[in-house]
Amino acid sequence: MQWIIRFVIGGVIISFFATLGDVFKPKGFAGLFGAAPSVALATLGLTSISQGKEFAAVEAHSMVVGALAFVLYGIACVYLMGVRRLRASHAAIGALSVWGLSAWGLWALFLK
Amino acid sequence: MLIKFKAAALAQVKVHEYVTRFLLGGATCVATGLIAQKCGPVVGGLFLAFPAIFPASATLVEEHERQRKAKAGILFTVRGRLSAALDARGASMGALALLLFAVIVWKQLPSHNAGFVLAAATVAWAALAGTIWRVRRWHTRFWIRYRAPKPR
Repeated sequence: MQWIIRFVIGGVIISFFATLGDVFKPKGFAGLFGAAPSVALATLGLTSISQGKEFAAVEAHSMVVGALAFVLYGIACVYLMGVRRLRASHAAIGALSVWGLSAWGLWALFLK
Repeated sequence: MLIKFKAAALAQVKVHEYVTRFLLGGATCVATGLIAQKCGPVVGGLFLAFPAIFPASATLVEEHERQRKAKAGILFTVRGRLSAALDARGASMGALALLLFAVIVWKQLPSHNAGFVLAAATVAWAALAGTIWRVRRWHTRFWIRYRAPKPR
């Protein structure tokens, strides 16, 4: 049951922020909502109830590293779409490797 | 340029696109929870800043721009990709603000009410993201006005 609630709340919060990105102009401002803390909001609240606030705080500590990796991911996307002119789907999915490698590298450096 | 709210843009998004976002969002949250349960909170926490919805959003931005140009009779254009790149630039700025969100939750959650901390961190995220975006625009205007090479 916990997982169904997590799925529904996550879906609603992430859809909400994505919709905010649709309705605001200019595009650069709307893009801010692409990095809204939607997954964190959906997850941390439920985690602090089910596994305690200390557990959720440790997750938030790691999230700092994940957010740094997201910054690098965004820069890679700008380069691939804006400079190399790749299709958005190819660039955004391909650049997930940048997120993964950065997150892993930063985790190994600071959190391991 | 002023920030505008265009409710009409909601009508451009198709039902299957809303469903895709909902399913992707739900699946990401469940996956994050499962990773935290199996590998511990340190590894699970990394995925709280996973760009879950961005690939779908960027694809939509490109697709909508391409369709708009096609209606105007322009079949081959890179405007869609450039719009998606602008979206990605905004996401990078939002991700910088996400750092503040994570630090607030990390430091304040153990000693305060979870709902209050998450709400305060979200407000701080929105304020910092908006400020970074605004400063970036001022910087660009300043550069164009005073630093850009003048035509001879």
